[in-house]
Amino acid sequence: MIPLSYYVTLSGIVFLTGVVGVLLRRNIIIILLSVELMLNATNINFVAFSQYFHDVAGQVFVFFALTVAAAEVAVGLAIIIALYRAKSTINIDELQLLKW
Amino acid sequence: MEQAFFFYFAFVIAAASVLVVAVRNPIYSALALLIMFFHVAGLYVTLHAEFLAAVQIIVYAGAILVLYLFVVMLLNLRQDDRYHRQWPMAGAVGVTLVIEAIILTAMKGRTTPVVTSGTETTVGGTSNTEAIGDVLYSTYLFPFEVASLILLVAMIGAILLAKKDIGEHEA
Repeated sequence: MIPLSYYVTLSGIVFLTGVVGVLLRRNIIIILLSVELMLNATNINFVAFSQYFHDVAGQVFVFFALTVAAAEVAVGLAIIIALYRAKSTINIDELQLLKW
Repeated sequence: MEQAFFFYFAFVIAAASVLVVAVRNPIYSALALLIMFFHVAGLYVTLHAEFLAAVQIIVYAGAILVLYLFVVMLLNLRQDDRYHRQWPMAGAVGVTLVIEAIILTAMKGRTTPVVTSGTETTVGGTSNTEAIGDVLYSTYLFPFEVASLILLVAMIGAILLAKKDIGEHEA
């Protein structure tokens, strides 16, 4: 049986990749994709712990995370489209409405 | 055998997620994410979460990723922009987090699986889908209803945000 720490390590690697993507990239779509990476990393953790503790509740929580991810994508992409329509760019260096 | 499957899935998941962040073209980025979703689904199968594996492929790969690709192609992006202007700062934060993660995992060593007693539903016994349905519609019925409300709000919000202003045409 594979130790639980392997799954936690994998999840940590994927989550860190997502964090670095959010911090590093300038394209808003890539930033949203990185958020998806982070959500998937937590889902891997949930399923691994659910299997090791023999409790199905973890898998139910993945279900809810999935729902929130779908809602986030729908609203996020709508915001991106509205933003692109208004400013005709999705480069966050050029979107300076809230910066001083 | 089990170990070989795990390491294959883990390696592809890690490599694909690095590609998502590193690749220049957003479409390639989204396709790397597709590969990653499929392998996460494979990992779920090795963890005996077959229902979630199917849902992962249907919802993530089928719905969410298609939406991303649709928007990427709709916006017709330039490819020249890559990294944020603050990338040295971001790199420093990233490296610190990675070192911290390595230290934490190295200090912990192997964990032995702890079997808790007296949990509500066991994964064994009945089939996976049956067990999830059992818990979802009894213990987690209220969160389930709230989730449907979240989806409704997201749907209304997306339509309101993405549609053109009605007043614009009349004025």
